[in-house]
Amino acid sequence: MKDSPGLHLKTYVFLLLIVLFAPLGNVLLGKGMKTIGSARNWAPQELLHILLRILTSGYIWLGIACLLAFFVAYMLLLTWADYSYVQPASSFSYLVVAVLGLLLLGEKVSLLRWTGIAIICVGVFIVGHTHPRTTEKT
Amino acid sequence: MLEFIFLFLIVTAGTGGELCVSHAMKTLGEVHDFRPSALLQFVWRAARVGWMWIGVAFMALAFVSLLAMLSMENVSFVVPVTALSYAAGAIGATLFLGEKISKQRWLGVLVVCIGVTLVWLSRR
Repeated sequence: MKDSPGLHLKTYVFLLLIVLFAPLGNVLLGKGMKTIGSARNWAPQELLHILLRILTSGYIWLGIACLLAFFVAYMLLLTWADYSYVQPASSFSYLVVAVLGLLLLGEKVSLLRWTGIAIICVGVFIVGHTHPRTTEKT
Repeated sequence: MLEFIFLFLIVTAGTGGELCVSHAMKTLGEVHDFRPSALLQFVWRAARVGWMWIGVAFMALAFVSLLAMLSMENVSFVVPVTALSYAAGAIGATLFLGEKISKQRWLGVLVVCIGVTLVWLSRR
């Protein structure tokens, strides 16, 4: 069976949605968790308290909303494109997340970290230039 | 050490979950109709595939681990190091989904792993 004509365009539109929503969601989660703070002694009582704070945090819910939008786009994309294509190609979000972390959260991103992220993106670029489907359509 | 355990959980549970979901979605077929009613019907069909629920359970575990790691480290560190899932994803897709990974893709995965190593070294 032949692939549908708009397969590549449709694929790129969904990749764009994925690359925007996933980093924004992660940055919001990061902001939320930094506000809440990490566990110190891992006692059940403390973990319950943290869980309560997570469930009542606006940042966390906003982040979850963004990640849900990402997840729906991701699932739809997976119905026609291979997982081993979608996962690498969608991962330009690693660069976007560092930029958002710097701009929105004021995180210090060292030269070594930028280099690492850039190399990740080069890897992504290499992987992204392969055909979306490697298995036979059933 | 704690961070390493959480990273391991994010990568293995996350990738395992996505492989299960991908397997479930492939049994449902390519989506052509994007009207809301058709999408709702699609979600309903997806919810009745067992692999979908196993995948969601794995992803939930990965999500909790992600929150734990985000409480300790910056988002510009945590998210890039989870790119380690590339290696796990390529290996998993070969083993469980029968997808053929070309040499070029393996090269990309290798480069990503080098990048992840550098980001890990940039830890405070």
